[in-house]
Amino acid sequence: MCAARNPVAGRDGLAVLDAEEIRRALTRIAHEILERTHGGDGVILLGIPTRGVPLARRLAERIGEFEGLKVPCGSLDVTMHRDDLRLHPARALGRTDLPPGGVDGKTVVLVDDVLYSGRTVRAALDALNDLGRPRAVQLAVLVDRGHRELPIRADYVGKNLPTSQREVVHVQLTEVDAQDSVTISDDGRQP
Amino acid sequence: MKRHLISAADLSRADALLILDTAEELAGLADRPIKKLPTLRGRTVVNLFYEDSTRTRISFEAAAKRLSADVINFSAKGSSVAKGESLKDTALTLEAMGADAVVIRHGASGAAHRLAGWVRGSVLNAGDGTHEHPTQALLDAFTIRRRLASGARGAGLDGLRVTIVGDVLHSRVARSNVLLLSTLGAEVTLAAPPTLLPHAVASWPCAVSYDLDSELPKSDVVMMLRVQQERMTAAYFPSVREYSRRYGLDVARMARLPEHAIVMHPGPMNRGVEIAAEVADSVRSTIVEQVANGVTTRMAVLYLLLGGTEFPATEVPATEVPAVAR
Repeated sequence: MCAARNPVAGRDGLAVLDAEEIRRALTRIAHEILERTHGGDGVILLGIPTRGVPLARRLAERIGEFEGLKVPCGSLDVTMHRDDLRLHPARALGRTDLPPGGVDGKTVVLVDDVLYSGRTVRAALDALNDLGRPRAVQLAVLVDRGHRELPIRADYVGKNLPTSQREVVHVQLTEVDAQDSVTISDDGRQP
Repeated sequence: MKRHLISAADLSRADALLILDTAEELAGLADRPIKKLPTLRGRTVVNLFYEDSTRTRISFEAAAKRLSADVINFSAKGSSVAKGESLKDTALTLEAMGADAVVIRHGASGAAHRLAGWVRGSVLNAGDGTHEHPTQALLDAFTIRRRLASGARGAGLDGLRVTIVGDVLHSRVARSNVLLLSTLGAEVTLAAPPTLLPHAVASWPCAVSYDLDSELPKSDVVMMLRVQQERMTAAYFPSVREYSRRYGLDVARMARLPEHAIVMHPGPMNRGVEIAAEVADSVRSTIVEQVANGVTTRMAVLYLLLGGTEFPATEVPATEVPAVAR
């Protein structure tokens, strides 16, 4: 690998965020959501499976701690709305679980672990469209790694992480993977 | 998963659980304002029905439409079949029209299997003669899991005791259910008069009893089968009344079931023959639920067969004989 052509060479296996940093990033995002939505009134958090769901739950907990506000929290599976279904064998579906009251008239904050091409978020917007008409939709992600293929941006970002497309960003969360970490690797192998 | 769904024996436990879990996620769709997903947009599903059917055809049609597939309904009556066209020629016609999946119901056992060798798309068996009806077994398993095994993802039917009662000989539902439910870990018992059991039943993964009353107190599920008069070419029992007395599920028999047990019937019912009206309409009966679950389960199957990458064209269709031959 040529270092001159790849500005980020040599960081294979690097830990980008540790548990403490993930905690701080989520705390900041929770504050930003409260700020941007004027106290979190009418906000619901929808995590995109798999790892968006525990992230949404953690954000709801933080917001509860800061303001004593119970923010409804759910999950939104986007599999059936993806544009790349025909490129893979049929995938197992995740769970869509809306808080009671649905999304109509609410400010929906979509939560995902990594923002990359933006195609998952596009699918999520389509899926949301079939479920009702939110007042506004915002996007919170733990890591924004760039390389967007659609005109989509995040409202809340845990960490902006410039990457090469060859690299793979790997997010682990205790609820799913038994530890909190964000790592980067050259070939997709897990830490 | 294989490319076709011809027999319940084609499904491994993992395949069957994937279908049930997918159906579980799709079940929420029925409660939403927009009961439609864009997943199979642009794909064509042909319903090829050589035998009469109400619920299976409508169920497949609703399932395909909810996934945004185009549906072409073909029934043998009023088509070129009435002019003597063979199944193969009809299949080649459908092939030329670009069918991505063919749902076939046919009076001849093995018709779906033959069709799978002629068309490029996926073949879904919606009932072939007295052989199999795998999507019925899947929706039955789904109904049992929701009622008795909490419907949790990845859960099988381990240890549940299912008694299938009545005309097993002519029933494709019974065969598919025996195969699938035993794959999922249930203990299946067939309760029927000896004349209505197939010769090869000893090789099926289930127990056999001639005495319904002794099986009832230990059953979690009782599945009543329709007495298929239209397929009967000999006298299998002395009279309908005598059959009903010994193998019909009436109120007195239902009272012998454990508190939690459910009563199933694949439909259409002969009320007063294999099942009493009071039983069919009781809270234990899942008959209407089975119809609703049918749409969900068939959506799951269509999604898993058609939703992903196309199967490579070179793949040879399944040619192995089903584990339980006729």
